[in-house]
Amino acid sequence: MTRTLLSNGVDTDGNSINILIDGERIAALSRDASQISAHDAEVIDMQGMTLAPTLVDLHTHLREPGKEDAETVQSGSASAVRGGFGAISAMPNTNPVADTAGVVEQVFSLGVEAGLCDVFPIGAVTVGQEGERLAEILAMAESRARVRIFSDDGHCVSDPVLMRRALEYVKIFDGVIAQHAQDPALTRGAQMNEGAVSARIGLKGWPAVAEEAIIARDVLLADHVGSRLHICHVSTAGSVAIIKWAKERGINVTAEVTPHHLLLTDELATTFDPVYKVNPPLRHTSDVMALREGLADGTIDVIATDHAPHPEEAKECEWDAAAFGMIGLETALAISSRAMVDSGLMSFTELIARMSSKPAEIAGYTDHIKPLEVGRLASLMVVDRDRKWQIDRELTVSRSKNTPFHGLEVGCYVHDVLYRGTWVMREGTVIK
Amino acid sequence: MKIPRHLLSVDDLTRESAIAILDTAAQLSQLSEGKMKKLPTLRGRAVVNLFYEDSTRTRISFETAAKRLSADVINFNAKGSSVSKGESLKDTALTLQAMGADAVIIRHPSSGAPQRLADSGWIKGPVINAGDGTRQHPTQALLDAFTMRNRFGGVGGGLDGLRLAIVGDILHSRVARSNIFLASMLGAKVTLIAPPTLLPVEIGEWPVEVSYRIDESIEEFDVVMPLRIQRERMNQGFFPTEREFSRHYGLNIDRVAKMKPEAVILHPGPMNRGVEIDASSADSARSLIVDQVANGVFVRMAVLYLLMAGSHELPENALDQERA
Repeated sequence: MTRTLLSNGVDTDGNSINILIDGERIAALSRDASQISAHDAEVIDMQGMTLAPTLVDLHTHLREPGKEDAETVQSGSASAVRGGFGAISAMPNTNPVADTAGVVEQVFSLGVEAGLCDVFPIGAVTVGQEGERLAEILAMAESRARVRIFSDDGHCVSDPVLMRRALEYVKIFDGVIAQHAQDPALTRGAQMNEGAVSARIGLKGWPAVAEEAIIARDVLLADHVGSRLHICHVSTAGSVAIIKWAKERGINVTAEVTPHHLLLTDELATTFDPVYKVNPPLRHTSDVMALREGLADGTIDVIATDHAPHPEEAKECEWDAAAFGMIGLETALAISSRAMVDSGLMSFTELIARMSSKPAEIAGYTDHIKPLEVGRLASLMVVDRDRKWQIDRELTVSRSKNTPFHGLEVGCYVHDVLYRGTWVMREGTVIK
Repeated sequence: MKIPRHLLSVDDLTRESAIAILDTAAQLSQLSEGKMKKLPTLRGRAVVNLFYEDSTRTRISFETAAKRLSADVINFNAKGSSVSKGESLKDTALTLQAMGADAVIIRHPSSGAPQRLADSGWIKGPVINAGDGTRQHPTQALLDAFTMRNRFGGVGGGLDGLRLAIVGDILHSRVARSNIFLASMLGAKVTLIAPPTLLPVEIGEWPVEVSYRIDESIEEFDVVMPLRIQRERMNQGFFPTEREFSRHYGLNIDRVAKMKPEAVILHPGPMNRGVEIDASSADSARSLIVDQVANGVFVRMAVLYLLMAGSHELPENALDQERA
């Protein structure tokens, strides 16, 4: 067994910390290095950098099987590690759709094979994500992949009866339905947020109400059947208000917001560069502010990336023809920190919780729930919070380059990542 | 006087440069009244008409304009644009560039496609937007301004104080989006008349007044511009029936009778006679619809001339020299 002492680091509050790792787990942890007996350990000087648990993403598109030119489980895992993630959740909109035990087990196995982070498949709610009949949810839950989150992400489970049944059915194993809230009839052919900008530039609008109406319906359904609902990528001020109301009533709902919705607005569509085309679309500044406040006050529980890789040709075209989506794993921490911590809305410690322990709790990823403490799995990251770096689309670890943040200077550089006691990234380079 | 490198939107223009284009068009129209219909200005230059949408009048208008400036015209009809439907916009653009296109005139069903072409670096020469999706059709707005100015103003001026009503499907109209902002920039006061279903939801920042009823104010306008109504909009529920639309928003003999004595009618064409405009209005003495077509050629000549003839600075007497 190798023993490693990470000395001279700081925790997320800035207090000094030293961590001894023995095999897969944390063996000792102290403010004072001399309190740890580490005579046989390799000692690594962290030089005052921050030690924090690895991040957990509830919303990742890995594109395998079916779209391996955009991303694979391996490349997506590497991209995740580059961003400091130790667990990601693979959305089922692959080809074939992850709607059977066979497909979720395949994705799970590919994750284990990649060996860079935990890859937890999300199962489809309906067969082929077609919104017509329930997929074999229980088979997926009881497969080796032990699926707990089900979602038709990319599509809304718009049929209210089907949504009700899905919410009821996952109660068998305390699962959760993650809804992509988008009324399809209100958003047919929609290209961007409906508002002053869409009015001016003549792109078909995606109104906020198409998201809010579904969320309002679904919190009431979740309340009625006593089940758990998770709302994917909340994007509007109205959605925040509805979720707040639902939580005050004690409804079992959780919600996520993406880093890009915390920073970017629909003004960017005026460039007609489809790198800014995403679903749900970038919204108004007032929505961005409401999302930040909602995240700060706990209405929105977690940050999730909605990492959506696309090959070059899907974005190097006219706006209408382009695919929706942005990559986000590698920039999530830096962008979220800029939106929430630099603006004074949230402490860095709280931000890390909303990107690690809190999502792990929602998904039941038990290895990732606890803070850094003795006995916990040694999945942790080393962050250089002071280091400024420039986001560069040519340097992505992901197979795809569709980042909307190209050229932006940010902080919070993820320097190293330890996954189950093994270095999977050193000095910014993913190993393997 | 700064002429933009590309003409993608009326936003690319200032009041000054818009008036310069109109004044150049006026000079060109005078020239054509003389014997010399064709100018040698763009001899040896290749202009590509890249049309991803069916269009007869705009394509022919640009083609005529280019030919009167002695340019070579290549017509490229490319319907079906998305990646899934064959060659991408990028590959088409690179091909045209390799073949030596000096300027590209593009019409495309996707809003913003001309801007992609201009920003991407795939094309080196100027890009002229001949209509993109529901966004912009800047040469249409210029020819409408030219037509209005001929009637109500004069060379060197704008449209100051003119009252313009645009009626009908504002939501889906690139003609409306272009005219609203160009006419306002030139000093006109624009009113939009449409049912709320055919207006964008947030137009609070637009320099317009909005009315839901045509009969409330028809007598106030100098220019009334009904827009083409596409029949498919009815099936999408934007209005109940053609008859109801035509009854409440169509330009007809009774409404035309209420207009100011000197007021005129413009229509971007093609018309749906009997829907947004009835035959008697379209053919009335107030109608400048045929003038618009003729003026379109002069305005497009002016645009091609100013964007393509070497320097972006317009020499004081460039056209006089050509004539000499």
